[in-house]
Amino acid sequence: MKILYFAWVREKIGKSQEDLDVPNSVNTVADLITWLESKGPEYQAAFENKETINSAINQTHVDHQTPLNNASEIAFFPPVTGG
Amino acid sequence: MTIRIQTEDFDITKEINALKEDRSKQGKQDVGAIVTFTGTVRDMAKKDKASKTPISSMSLEHYPGMTEKELSDISEEANKRWPLLGTTIIHRIGDLSPGDNIVLVITLSSHRHAAFEAADFLMDFLKSKAPFWKKEQPLEGDANWVDARDSDKQALSRWEKQN
Repeated sequence: MKILYFAWVREKIGKSQEDLDVPNSVNTVADLITWLESKGPEYQAAFENKETINSAINQTHVDHQTPLNNASEIAFFPPVTGG
Repeated sequence: MTIRIQTEDFDITKEINALKEDRSKQGKQDVGAIVTFTGTVRDMAKKDKASKTPISSMSLEHYPGMTEKELSDISEEANKRWPLLGTTIIHRIGDLSPGDNIVLVITLSSHRHAAFEAADFLMDFLKSKAPFWKKEQPLEGDANWVDARDSDKQALSRWEKQN
């Protein structure tokens, strides 16, 4: 699964993307966040305030309760500030 | 429907003329209203709730692929709601300075109300849905990511009520 990070989420984790083999027990976006947090303090720092982190599956906005199903691309980022 | 993400500046007149030409090439002379919105970089950034600080530059990051998809969805929605005869959205990325253009929205319609409302709608949706992030460099100190504003989210509810 390809996971992308943007803006300060990217800076805190220290990379813009990675390919990870996610265990079968990870069903939803929230599960994925919890699993990522177990990978190290940089992930814990990035997801410290989970409610502020936006997520997208295959480039579509989703909430954290959304099942991953067979998503190929997941992204995590702060609230958007364009315009 | 034109959607572009680019580092270079845009020329508003050129973009208006391109939309008008597209319409006249279809044998139509029915454009009666053209609205443009341009967003530019301010020289002051919000420091905290009460104060502002001067900035020297701003950088804009985006999510390639998703940005284009979101902007195209927003444009399609605007075309469903109003009788538009052309739309353009151009958003710049990369490093920008105070006074520089950031975003351009153009809407064409036969009458002004549709063009005004659609441009307003496009900007409200762009600001809360399109995956762009601004980072400001103050004159002194470290660069910081701009916080999203609640007022931008609230702006969306105006359009939801109309459904």
